[in-house]
Formats: sequence, structure tokens, C-alpha cells
Amino acid sequence: MKPAVFDYHAPAIVQEAVELLQRYGEDATVLAGGQSLVPLMNLRLSRPGHVVDLNGVPELDYLTVDGEGIVVGATTRQRTLERSDTVRDLCPLLWRAMPLVGHFQVRNRGTVGGSLAHADPASELPAVALVLQAEVGVVGPTGRRDVKAEDFFIDAYTTALDSAEIVEHVRFPSLPGGTGTAILEVARREGDFAMAGVAASLTLDPEGLCSSARLALFGVGPTPVRVIKAERILEGRAITEELVGEAAAMAVQDLDPSSDVHASAAYRKRVAGVLVRRAIAEALARATGEQT
Amino acid sequence: MAQVALRLKVNGVEHEALVEPRLTLADFLRTDLGLTGTHLGCEHGVCGACTVLLDGEAVRSCLLFAVQTEGHEVITIEGMAQGEELHPIQEAFWEQHGLQCGFCTPGFILSAYNLLQENAQPSEEEIQAAISGNLCRCTGYQSIVASVKAAAEKLQLQRES
Ligand SMILES: Cc1cc2nc3c(=O)[nH]c(=O)nc-3n(C[C@H](O)[C@H](O)[C@H](O)COP(=O)(O)OP(=O)(O)OC[C@H]3O[C@@H](n4cnc5c(N)ncnc54)[C@H](O)[C@@H]3O)c2cc1C
Ligand code: FES
Ligand code: FES
Repeated sequence: MKPAVFDYHAPAIVQEAVELLQRYGEDATVLAGGQSLVPLMNLRLSRPGHVVDLNGVPELDYLTVDGEGIVVGATTRQRTLERSDTVRDLCPLLWRAMPLVGHFQVRNRGTVGGSLAHADPASELPAVALVLQAEVGVVGPTGRRDVKAEDFFIDAYTTALDSAEIVEHVRFPSLPGGTGTAILEVARREGDFAMAGVAASLTLDPEGLCSSARLALFGVGPTPVRVIKAERILEGRAITEELVGEAAAMAVQDLDPSSDVHASAAYRKRVAGVLVRRAIAEALARATGEQT
Repeated sequence: MAQVALRLKVNGVEHEALVEPRLTLADFLRTDLGLTGTHLGCEHGVCGACTVLLDGEAVRSCLLFAVQTEGHEVITIEGMAQGEELHPIQEAFWEQHGLQCGFCTPGFILSAYNLLQENAQPSEEEIQAAISGNLCRCTGYQSIVASVKAAAEKLQLQRES
């Protein structure tokens, strides 16, 4: 047997899960899709004494739409979003990100809450959450709170969650009219974690000027990186090819990616620049309706 | 060590067992049930050799604990053939040389099964994406893509007749 010994808990409601986490403190871990946690346990890099399985908590598995956007329960499978016409129509960036998350067999289990809570620096969903100004609904022993995506990702594999808190849902606000989005990445093989990637959202006003731009890079730092200086270059202006080049150069100027077996820092930075350029162009084409 | 009672259906047969929570579904299938057609390559989610169907969906059995399958239904490669008669996907792999050593084959066949259930006529690109989570060190994948295509045709003929 690969993992170290643990006690297994299968709560039926959120409150019970929180109580278990509080009781066992640092020795307890939440299990969602298991697509990141179980590899770590099999390698014994993670050895929780108590595993609290959220898969039997039905109230965490849902997808709803309200006037302000879509709300996704934490244990909703990535594959459910990928198959959802609602997500495709109302939150196309999230929908387009799905096929980039591992392989379909992984997405059959992997959850939205798990992706955010795990906070892998190269994962797509944190960057998408940042670009879409998502809010992470968290529940813990002292009650509920909403954490803005920009405050949620603290460091590599580290979030604003306390040890007895769980992600309950994620809210993705609807985008204003005239908005186009895009997500692009380069990975070694289909389904691998990105060596560099970018999520982008552009909104055009009726005159065709860019009223709002949001760009977040992933795989090039410990957390997804919003590149505000590059966004500023685009905002308030008509987006030309020249401006896109300028913004792309600015986006990677301050990046400090690390080198590893997958790619050198210089390569990641170079690729990130190209991807930013392409993502802005793609988002722009969608904002103007030239591309679907 | 505390053992937990487990009840699940595997290849249509009800099973009851006492298992340690840390026992993965893959190890349960192989050692407790003797279903060694589910292969283990990496045991951390990368190779896809351990793919089984959980309630009809292809998943990695090395990343599930057996206790999590309480009340669920699992299909392994042993559940594909009807007696002596191979499943059309197995037949297609055989005819198109979709395997050499065969280590990866159960995983590819169950992934292909899930793909073809959702998408009866996948394009070559869709096939490639669907098998990207399964590693093969022998074939070079071309013959596997051809096998999945041939399997789609066989299943189509089967539906028509
Ligand atoms: C071969 C392979 C390729 C992959 N490629 C990618 C990829 O390209 N991009 C990508 O983003 N991911 C990738 N992944 C990871 C996969 O997407 C996981 O689904 C995801 O990272 C974690 O989600 P999970 O539901 O499986 O969480 P788990 O593995 O169950 O949990 C991960 C961590 O999050 C915590 N957690 C989970 N849910 C909650 C919650 N509701 N509240 C609080 N804490 C929680 C757990 O305690 C654990 O620490 C890959 C995985 C594999 C095996
Ligand atoms: S053994 Fe499960 S993915 Fe490799
Ligand atoms: S046939 Fe040998 S690994 Fe695929």
C-alpha cells in the first residue's frame, strides 16, 4: 500500500466537514477529486492522519445562475463545466480553460474547488478566477466569508484558507457586453501543466476603445500574476497591433519565472510574451464579434 | 488498523469486503479481487494504465481509495468481453495492432469506451485529445488512433444492425 495510514471520514453535510477539520487540526486534509492530493499521498509527500472526503456532500455539487453571474459549488467536477452549455454561454473563459486542465479522465474527478485550493502555480483556474474577478466562498468554524480571487492566492500551493476552512463555492460574475476573452498556454504535451500561459479579458466601449483589460499569467511565478502595467497600456485606447506588442512586452518585463526540468526561465518569459500578444488579439476579435 | 466495510459492484457482481482506507481502488481490484487486468504504471496519476470506469466514467483507479467507491459501480477491462466474445473495441485493437506489449491496453480501451459513448464519431483530433492521458511506450500511438477509429465504425455498425 502506498499512502501512510489514515482515518477516513465521509461527512454528509458541510457543517460536519468543518467540525472534523476543526477537531483534527493540521492532521486533517480535505479530499475532493483527489487528482492532486492522492498523488502526493501515494508518494508520501503528504501524510494526513485524517482524510475528510467531500464527495458525499451533495450541497457542494451544483452549478447555478443568478442575475450577477454563475455560482459553482466546490466539488463540481471540472468535466461538468466542460460539458455545460450554461458555462459556455455565460462564462466562456472558464469553459475554454477546462480542456487545458489535465486529461478528461482527470477532469472526470477533479473539482473546481480543489483546483483553487491546491493553487498550483501552473494551473489554469486560479488565473481564470483572477481575470474574471471571481469570489471564493469559504466556510469555517467561525462562519462564512467571501474572499476575492486577488486576495486568495498567497504563494505557491498556499491560499488564504485557514486549516479548518473549506471552499464552499466560487462565484464568477457575468461579463459586461462588448467583452472578449481568451486563454492560451504552452505545455510539453497535451494535458500537461503549462510552462507558461495567459488568461485575458478585454471590454470595448461603443466607440471601440478598450474600457477594461485584465491579463493574468500562469506558470511563470509562485501564483498567477496579474500584469496591471500591461492592462493600463490597453485601457482607454483603440487597440492596434502596435499597442498589443507594447502591452505584451510590458507584461513580461518584470516577470521572474524559475527554471526547472520542463523549461528555463528565459524560455518561459519568451513564450509568455508571445502568448500575451496572441491572447489579446484573440480576446479583441471576440469582443468585436469577428471570432466566436 | 481500522478497517472499513465496503460494498460495491464490479463488472456486474456485488462485492463486500473489509478494507483499510488507504487501499487504492487499483490495489483492491488487483489484490483483493484478483482482477489483475487493471495495470499500475506510475501510481500517481500520470500514465493512465490503471483506468477503469466508475459509474460509466473513465477514471484513474490509483487516485481513488477503495472506500470511496462504496455503493458505486466499477467496470474493469475484465468486464468488457462477453464470455469468449471480445468487445468491439477490443476487436478493433486486435485487428489494427493497437497493442504490442499490452501493458497500456486496458487503460486505452476503457478511455476509448468513455470517449465513444459520449462521441460516437470522434475526429482524429478528438481521439488524440482523449488518449492524451494514456501513455504507451511501444506503439507510437498511430495504431491506437487507428484502433479507436475502427472501434467507432464497429460500434456504429452494431447500432445499425
Ligand atoms: C495527470 C494529471 C495532469 C494534471 N494537469 C493539470 C493541469 O494541466 N492543470 C491543472 O490545473 N491541474 C492539473 N491537474 C490537477 C487536477 O486538475 C486536480 O483536479 C486539481 O489540481 C485539484 O483538484 P481536486 O479536486 O482533484 O483536489 P484534491 O486533489 O482532492 O485536493 C487538492 C488540495 O486541495 C484541497 N482541497 C480540495 N478541495 C477543497 C475544498 N473544497 N476546500 C478546501 N480545500 C480543498 C485538498 O485538501 C488538497 O490539499 C492534473 C492532475 C493529473 C493527475
Ligand atoms: S498507475 Fe494510475 S495513472 Fe499511472
Ligand atoms: S503496448 Fe506496450 S506500453 Fe503500450
